[in-house]
Amino acid sequence: MSPLAKLLEAALFASDRPVPLDELHALDPESSPAAFAMALDEIRECYDNQGHGVELVELGGGWQVLTRPEFTETIERAQLASRPQRLSSAALETLAIVAYRQPIGRADIEEIRGVSVGGMLKTLLERGLIDVVGRAEGLGRPLLYGTTPAFLEQFALRHLGELPRADELAVALRAEPRPL
Amino acid sequence: MSAVAIEPMPSVPFAEPDPNVESSFIVELDQFSGPLDLLLTLIREEQVEITDIPIARICEQFLARIHSLGLGQAADYLEMAARLLRIKVQMLLPRHGDDDAWDDPRAELVRRLLEYQQVREVVDVLEHRGEERRRRFARGYLPAEPVAPPESPLSLSLPELLAAVDRVLRLLREPDVHDIVPRALDVEGAIATIRAVLALRASARWRDVVALEAEPWEVLSALLGLLELARRGELRLSQPRPFADVEISRVAASEAA
Repeated sequence: MSPLAKLLEAALFASDRPVPLDELHALDPESSPAAFAMALDEIRECYDNQGHGVELVELGGGWQVLTRPEFTETIERAQLASRPQRLSSAALETLAIVAYRQPIGRADIEEIRGVSVGGMLKTLLERGLIDVVGRAEGLGRPLLYGTTPAFLEQFALRHLGELPRADELAVALRAEPRPL
Repeated sequence: MSAVAIEPMPSVPFAEPDPNVESSFIVELDQFSGPLDLLLTLIREEQVEITDIPIARICEQFLARIHSLGLGQAADYLEMAARLLRIKVQMLLPRHGDDDAWDDPRAELVRRLLEYQQVREVVDVLEHRGEERRRRFARGYLPAEPVAPPESPLSLSLPELLAAVDRVLRLLREPDVHDIVPRALDVEGAIATIRAVLALRASARWRDVVALEAEPWEVLSALLGLLELARRGELRLSQPRPFADVEISRVAASEAA
């Protein structure tokens, strides 16, 4: 591997979260962004071609070294790590609506889901998947919610644009809240 | 059934619930995540078009299903049941004029169902991607041990300290006068003990300077002695982890002194 690739590998190994490109760039300000892209490709190819147990993944706005999925059960059985809890279908619905319509208030989410979502929002807030991003102008200035970088990370998304585009689905989710 | 039809129509689909009042109970069903989910399932089972729901049949099935699932008390489901009944009644009302001017009472429900159907499609995508991510472990997944306060040197200059003292003194109008009661502690003795221990070896533990059956005054004396010596820079106290043994180590400079 090139010296830059080795440096990036070391930095990614040391970090416990995805490292964005600009933070990687601080490691060696002399190198060009293209050199970084090449170095990252080099690491990934090295991991893939030489049969490593880890892989380089781009997600949550950065790069991270993750174990390969074929070892999940074995690692879990040895109690070295455990998978995070799966989200319920109702939680995913709420999250999906926030992801597409952010910033969005509780009332709008409830209108789409047809159930009250107060408890669900609390759970998602506690798990750091959504955050309060502001307040709406209307009556009572309700809180508005949006997704966090942890959301991207947990769903292996590079950025929000990677979600299936609304118009690719059967019917477009309304981009704007419907005036009541 | 007709009693439902004369209920006043809500002006907005959902009244803003009081954010301070949480639902008294939460229906957590594996099968359905809400009334729209149930409705969509019924429509699929009946193999009918969302845009042309046979409202009477779907309405009856919805009521039967929430009854059998014990959801009769769940407000969200009841609200949907009432809505379906209202649409059913509206469909029965005679239409005036030509069909073009007729507003399909199902339109709002259809819009919401189509919208909800899309949410379900996104959920499928999220479920798939979330599962893929869950199967990959990142480094440092294991919860970290509680972090001990970092051992950072004080960055404080003498003028800053004096200025702070000055401010404090200015706040004190009348100095509080305390009577100092002589303490029945032997700090000097403890200091001598600690020095004696550290003269023999470079580092020691708490147990080395305090006997196992020490009296409270001896423990306190030893503690104050340690703190005093640490303050004077003769030794260093450290604790590698919370609740671990305190390590007492000789500072190199004190050997020369």
